[in-house]
Amino acid sequence: MNAISVPEGAAGFLARFAAMQGRLPGDSTLRAAAAEAFRALGLPGASRGRRVEAWKYTTLQPLGGMSFRSAEPAGKIAIPDSPARIVFAGGRYREDLSTAVPGFACFADQPDFGELSWPDRDPMVALNTMLAEDGAILTVPAGIDAGIVHLIHAGIDGTSAHPRHMIRLGGGARLTLIETSAGSGRYLHNPVSEIHVADGAVLTHVRIQTDGTEAFHLATIYAAVAAGGTYDGFTLNIGGRTTRTEIHATLNGPGAIAHLNGAQLLTGSQHADFTSVVRHAGPKGTSRQTIKNVLAGHSRGVFQGRIEVARGAQGTDGYQMNRALLLSPDAEIDTKPELEIFADDVKCSHGATVGELDAEQLFYLRSRGIPDNEARSILVRAFLAEALDPVTNDIARGLLEDAVALWWEGQAG
Amino acid sequence: MLDIVGLTASIGDKAILNGIDLSVPAGEIHAIMGPNGSGKSTLGYVLAGREDYTVTGGSVRFENQDMLAMTPEARAAAGLFLAFQAPIELPGVNNANFMRTALNAIRRAHGESELDAVQFLKLARAEMKRLSMDAEMLRRNVNVGFSGGEKKRNEVLQMAILRPRFAVLDETDSGLDIDALKIVADGVNSLRGPGFSALVITHHQRLLDHLVPNRVHVLAGGRILRSGGPELAKELEKNGYGAMLAEAA
Amino acid sequence: MPADNETLDTVRSVTQSGYKWGFETDIEMDVAPKGLSPDTIRLISERKEEPSWMLDWRLKAYAAWLQMEEPNWARVDHPRIDYQDIHYYAAPKKKAGPKSLDEVDPELLKMYEKLGIPLKERAILAGVEGADQEQPRQIAVDAVFDSVSVATTFQETLLKAGVIFCPISEALRKYPDLMRQYIGSVVPVGDNFFAALNSAVFTDGSFVFIPKGVRCPMELSTYFRINTRGTGQFERTLIIAEAGAHVSYLEGCTAPQRDENQLHAAVVELVAMDDATIKYSTVQNWYPGDANGLGGIYNFVTKRGACLGDRSKISWTQVETGSAITWKYPSCVLHGVDSVGEFYSVAVTNNHQQADTGTKMIHIGKGSRSTIISKGISAGHSNNTYRGLVKVLPSASGARNFTQCDSLLIGEDCGAHTVPYIESRNRSAKIEHEATTSKINEDQLFYCRQRGLNEEDAVNLIVNGFCKEVLKELPMEFAVEAQKLLAVSLEGSVG
Repeated sequence: MNAISVPEGAAGFLARFAAMQGRLPGDSTLRAAAAEAFRALGLPGASRGRRVEAWKYTTLQPLGGMSFRSAEPAGKIAIPDSPARIVFAGGRYREDLSTAVPGFACFADQPDFGELSWPDRDPMVALNTMLAEDGAILTVPAGIDAGIVHLIHAGIDGTSAHPRHMIRLGGGARLTLIETSAGSGRYLHNPVSEIHVADGAVLTHVRIQTDGTEAFHLATIYAAVAAGGTYDGFTLNIGGRTTRTEIHATLNGPGAIAHLNGAQLLTGSQHADFTSVVRHAGPKGTSRQTIKNVLAGHSRGVFQGRIEVARGAQGTDGYQMNRALLLSPDAEIDTKPELEIFADDVKCSHGATVGELDAEQLFYLRSRGIPDNEARSILVRAFLAEALDPVTNDIARGLLEDAVALWWEGQAG
Repeated sequence: MLDIVGLTASIGDKAILNGIDLSVPAGEIHAIMGPNGSGKSTLGYVLAGREDYTVTGGSVRFENQDMLAMTPEARAAAGLFLAFQAPIELPGVNNANFMRTALNAIRRAHGESELDAVQFLKLARAEMKRLSMDAEMLRRNVNVGFSGGEKKRNEVLQMAILRPRFAVLDETDSGLDIDALKIVADGVNSLRGPGFSALVITHHQRLLDHLVPNRVHVLAGGRILRSGGPELAKELEKNGYGAMLAEAA
Repeated sequence: MPADNETLDTVRSVTQSGYKWGFETDIEMDVAPKGLSPDTIRLISERKEEPSWMLDWRLKAYAAWLQMEEPNWARVDHPRIDYQDIHYYAAPKKKAGPKSLDEVDPELLKMYEKLGIPLKERAILAGVEGADQEQPRQIAVDAVFDSVSVATTFQETLLKAGVIFCPISEALRKYPDLMRQYIGSVVPVGDNFFAALNSAVFTDGSFVFIPKGVRCPMELSTYFRINTRGTGQFERTLIIAEAGAHVSYLEGCTAPQRDENQLHAAVVELVAMDDATIKYSTVQNWYPGDANGLGGIYNFVTKRGACLGDRSKISWTQVETGSAITWKYPSCVLHGVDSVGEFYSVAVTNNHQQADTGTKMIHIGKGSRSTIISKGISAGHSNNTYRGLVKVLPSASGARNFTQCDSLLIGEDCGAHTVPYIESRNRSAKIEHEATTSKINEDQLFYCRQRGLNEEDAVNLIVNGFCKEVLKELPMEFAVEAQKLLAVSLEGSVG
């Protein structure tokens, strides 16, 4: 490896790790192990002949031919104005742009890799564990309602960002975390988040991804929910060239609830993969998931969702619905909803539908004088409503609606 | 025929029946009335042997058999019939087959010969005609897609075919129009005789006008609060449970 | 309709007996030495008096197989199969055709009797001359005993209608052109590990050809039976329905009760031309192993139909109750415009059985439609997986799929899994998929018991209701048998 030409793909990340190793915060043994795992696993789809079921429909092959640098924690970026915000740019914490948020610490100062992630199994998690420099360590003590916190990430052209976030809610605590990811140019955003929801706590986690059309966004979230706790997640994927949202939620105690809702609106040659695993590890848990894909242009939407019910997780109630709307003749949807059930006293179901806009509904609207484009817009929003409706926080809902509206305007133009 | 002594029962750790004493002699019809949540349906389920309920004390003797020691199907074979308040749907299970299977299981238990499909259909059609029911009901799946009234009538049909010695009717009259109510009453009256008794759980005097019970019992808080003749039902219809409950408290 | 009651009777009658097809028949056999090599393949080809192109075809498959690895993506777990520890050829020793039932090997007759085949049919199966001339019956039967087809009934009657129904080994000699055109055309030799193995060593099976416009005058049926210890069974079935032809084909299978695992790797290929319909029904009752998971058949089967013609239709119905391991995905490749694929399945697993079964519906033709109804029932320590693929290619405008997968769990030690893949590349295609998993409803159980049914009878009644949508697709005779099998399979799973 010579310093003049930066190696591409996996080799490039490994070279960067070799150069930075001594300066990175946290457990160096863990990082070295992650580097070994990443070397062995490689970028999914990038090495010939190896097919991994978890990455059946998504390849990171294009990353193999690119190189990225680490961002400097400086420079001007535009950020949305919000009272409680934690801002990252290119994966680096920007104290100058953030506000004081109680319970926040930067990963660089208090490195915490947590215990839920699998760097030995998930290549992108290995990559993150190897290269994480900053991240949000956010703790809400028991019984506290922390209101709304914005976690903002701005992508920077030519860089790869590997922030490592840790969110801990104590017993009965509440937090609405609104996470946005945006930027322009070619960059990689590869966050790993670990979330702990203690007894009776409620985390509302709304993620809005509007990255630039050249960007790669590969996010992995691990959430552990204790008895009576709720993880209420919603992800909107609009931007990026290739994106993947991978969520692992584990329900550990009776009365634990997970909502893993989401919508993906794609066009051009975008590729977005929503992969989730809900694991009912303890009894009497409830999981709900509605995922909608709206696909225009040559885009490809992927949904892989598994509900796992462990032996002994009696009284589980799991439901999952995913629907795809194909707006163009060249769009593609790949869907794999899975049930894996090892307990008998359960109620689990899933459903999937794929289709285009209903011609009769469209005609009905138009016959009432509504122009074609507006009629389509009404029907697409109606299609999205089932997924968006569970988001009840007004601010989050408003941001989502705005993002959807903006996307639709882009389609019409 | 049926003797209940000191019966207590609970579901989970919640006590629902708190000491029921009740005897229904052969040939008599008794009505059970009482406010919602007083334990009426629980009494029916416990008599039929539903396993979610734990009997914590007391005894139930049915023609000198210890009924609490018997499985639900053995109780059915012994002649107990429970008309469910909310009859259960059995998707894919044909109504005629279901009834014939049940009838033959009970006949076998009595050492009687089984009925073949032809014999059974003859019997079923005759009963349905008597109860003014559409024979088409035989072809449908058990209670699937039945209206509330159809489900209740289907219970009465099963009772007519299985010919129990003791029937518990759990609000079989609820939600029925006058004609349907008459069908239910006729169904019970046709079985009436020295070898048949029934416990009729109801909220309304209407059914009792057709059935004329020998005794009326008021159940509240898992106990029998008062017992009396048919006039007790009329008194309740007029004054409601409030006065009686207040008096008891 | 009366089957529900017969089911209950059967449960009672077999409660003590367990797997009633577990007998072994002692017949003089011609058995090849254990092991797989080009010599084994040559021996099979020679014994079958095959044309030389067939031997080449087999050797090509063998070469492909050597390069392949046993698939490991299914949710089944078993010790490594030693492919050199299997007899690849076992056949009853042939004599000249017997003149009456008295001359037939009594052991062979006993086997048919135990399989529940009526006496008249037994005479026909045993090859008693003239037995099939007396009066026509409804079902023509081909019986495959280990490696060979021992008898096929009604061949002549069928031939009058233009229908060919014969052992595939006979077809290779009598109809080489048809065979050469179609064998491997739907499942190529190198399709997958087990299909390649089958292509190399298949010994017999059935061949059916229905010419243009002919509606096959009777149901066709094959009984498969693994008998000899240490043998594998590798049969191959090929059915061709020309334009406008109709055929309904049934297959049933049993095997002796043994504490060893035996391998069954079959291939079935169906070809339907314009307006042709093939209905293929299976009641699979290979020995499932004992209550502790000892023994049982490993059933690795590749079944695929090509709807080549416009408006052609292929319908698979299966009732899978047997085998220690079931690995099969009867599929339809819908080439034709407005072609139709159907898959109706009941899979029951109990004790330590493992089933990984489902279907693939590949939509290529405009307006092609498919329906998938799968009912899985798991009990004991078993695992039952539905695995399916619905794929719509860009050419399949207006394609439709409806899928319903329901799983029922009986007891807390079993597993039920659903793994559907849905891939659509055509906007006008409409796909709907639904899946549910639940246990037997306590309310339903109690309701039945209140009416006098014991718990086992009540469970059987509810399970039969759960499977009704699939069972109604079976021809009458099979539906009754299938209901009995469901009851037997679930024996001991409650109470």
